[in-house]
Amino acid sequence: MEHKSGEGIVVFGATSAVAQALARLHAAAGDSLLLVGRNEQRLQDLVNDLGVRSGQDVQSLQADLAHIDGHPDLVNTINERMDNVSKYYFFHGILPDQQHCERSWAATFDVLNTNFLSIASLLTLIANRVSEESNRSLVIVSSVAGDRGRQSNYVYGTSKGALNTFLEGLRNRLHKHGCHVMTVKPGFIDTPMTAAFSKQNFMWATPEKVASDIYKAANKRKDQLYTPWFWRYIMFVIRHLPEPIFKRLDL
Amino acid sequence: MGKYRSWGYSPAQDQAAVRPGWRDFSLESIEGSLLPYGNGRSYGDSCLNSAGRVIDCRQLNRFIAFDREQGILRCEAGVSFEAILEVIVPAGWFLPVTPGTKFVTVGGAIANDIHGKNHHRDGTIGRHVRNFELLRSDGQKLLCSPESNPEFFSATIGGLGLTGCISWAEMQLIPISSSTVDVETSVFHGLDEFYELSAAAHEDYQYTIAWLDCVAEGDRFARGIFMKANHSAGGGIHPAKKSSLPLSVPINFPKWALNKYSVKAFNTCYFYSQKRHAGTNTRQQFDPFFYPLDGIENWNRIYGKDGFFQYQFIVPGSEKLVMDELLRQIVSSGLGSFLAVLKEFGAKKSPGMLSFPRPGICLALDLANRGTRTLRVLDELDQLVMKAGGIVYPAKDNRMSGGAFRAYYPQYEAFSRYIDPRFSSDFWKRVTNGT
Repeated sequence: MEHKSGEGIVVFGATSAVAQALARLHAAAGDSLLLVGRNEQRLQDLVNDLGVRSGQDVQSLQADLAHIDGHPDLVNTINERMDNVSKYYFFHGILPDQQHCERSWAATFDVLNTNFLSIASLLTLIANRVSEESNRSLVIVSSVAGDRGRQSNYVYGTSKGALNTFLEGLRNRLHKHGCHVMTVKPGFIDTPMTAAFSKQNFMWATPEKVASDIYKAANKRKDQLYTPWFWRYIMFVIRHLPEPIFKRLDL
Repeated sequence: MGKYRSWGYSPAQDQAAVRPGWRDFSLESIEGSLLPYGNGRSYGDSCLNSAGRVIDCRQLNRFIAFDREQGILRCEAGVSFEAILEVIVPAGWFLPVTPGTKFVTVGGAIANDIHGKNHHRDGTIGRHVRNFELLRSDGQKLLCSPESNPEFFSATIGGLGLTGCISWAEMQLIPISSSTVDVETSVFHGLDEFYELSAAAHEDYQYTIAWLDCVAEGDRFARGIFMKANHSAGGGIHPAKKSSLPLSVPINFPKWALNKYSVKAFNTCYFYSQKRHAGTNTRQQFDPFFYPLDGIENWNRIYGKDGFFQYQFIVPGSEKLVMDELLRQIVSSGLGSFLAVLKEFGAKKSPGMLSFPRPGICLALDLANRGTRTLRVLDELDQLVMKAGGIVYPAKDNRMSGGAFRAYYPQYEAFSRYIDPRFSSDFWKRVTNGT
């Protein structure tokens, strides 16, 4: 489907590096944006920036998305503020320290809550509205880490794997209503969230590259996107390694 | 850690770095010595800090406010001139001063107090900066303007990033009624003809620039192409061209590709191709006029993996004999290259304490890196520039001696009071410690 100028776009987790790059693409295309995030000052920085760049109407809404009890009010407010939403993007998520999670259930729960439960909750509320109105897109940023559990990051991987399964079911359910659900599986992205890693090889993609891939795939209403493209093949191999071999690997 | 390099392509180095994502960051918690890094368009070592960290400011790339009536733009320090042009040109505004590449950041432009083809009329960028915020390593945030913290305002303009980290800045733009420029081209043979052309154009033309053949000898000595231009009065506003970078130099050229004969052949071809335009008045988009090399990504690779030296100096307008001697030495060294740019600078004084630009004749040229031979030639040029009371540009420098720097910039001691105690650079260590 062609991108129509002037769409209403809602971005959850709008201060993430990829979300910022994506918002610039939408603003440049003449779309109206509603940015949702936790840090009010940073949201204001983005509103100012997008306003200068595009002259478009950009709004922001402060909310702690990990606070699930607040979701019904939040979704109501969003609907009051913007009545013609065509795409909802979900960018919020945390990348935890795996070893810390292994020692702490509280830390593990935090990851599951932010990366899976909070998105499932928002999707539940939003899906019931969009199923009455077709042509909407729900675009959710997951991760290649959800494709198979590995010792180095299985808590994070679990949150994303659960999310992927949830999205498969939701896509299946909403398809007949003409609503599009897209699972985005980025590989390594060079962002502040990954600042602790050394990034000396081609595997690291820029937020701008990932955002551009997401933008195009969402307009084409793809079901699933690996970005950059080569992760599709890497994860194909990883998913198909037999478990008796896989469990011995140091991944 | 990351790979950081300067434009002169002294090999990209592993350089410890921090990359603030938002301008509310604090320097207090970061260890080691610090230096802001923008787009790495400085040619030498003034943008590197190998013993400490660089503060990679490229994520600070947001606009803050644009007053479309008054032409006042406020943005974060990592915003590039390219991004600014995309926003301001359609609104009928232009950069008050721009260097020959739009891939510089606002922070870098201020730190080097950049100049452009309109120096004779408008001075440096520092004259058009209204205010900025300076983050210091002790956690202070200084609002700097001619009225507020004026000494830090003055020290930071042209201060090579040593006084702290600029987080945002505000500048006054200039109005345009067209996105094109009207360019008149003429040929000159010898520096005297250049001085005449330049003096005659200063009153009525906002932009003047000359390309100089610094290889040709004999009758052809000091031949060149002089261009003068103004923003067109009509012609309409067309959006700034998004750089699609259609051309790129994919690899480092081998050493032998660049030699006396290939350079001579190139310069002769260029001279005659431009000569055809002599006396004509052409209207062109601003992009190719201001940024001729930005269309070729990584053009610096034509100099091969050994890179090149750029040498840019100003000698006072009264020292025409020294200028002549300098050019003769460059030609006879055989190290000159394609890119030599000649311009007469004007008297508009910059607020910058350590700024390079001043009235006089400015020549910038590339010299292939032939090791000690090139270094020796450059030291000899320094002697002449110093004797004439001239000055050399730190943003382009990779090799000047400490003695030369201190002779060019006697105010460096007064400037040192405003350096952030935790900031340093490879350049600064070299010129303040070395002999």
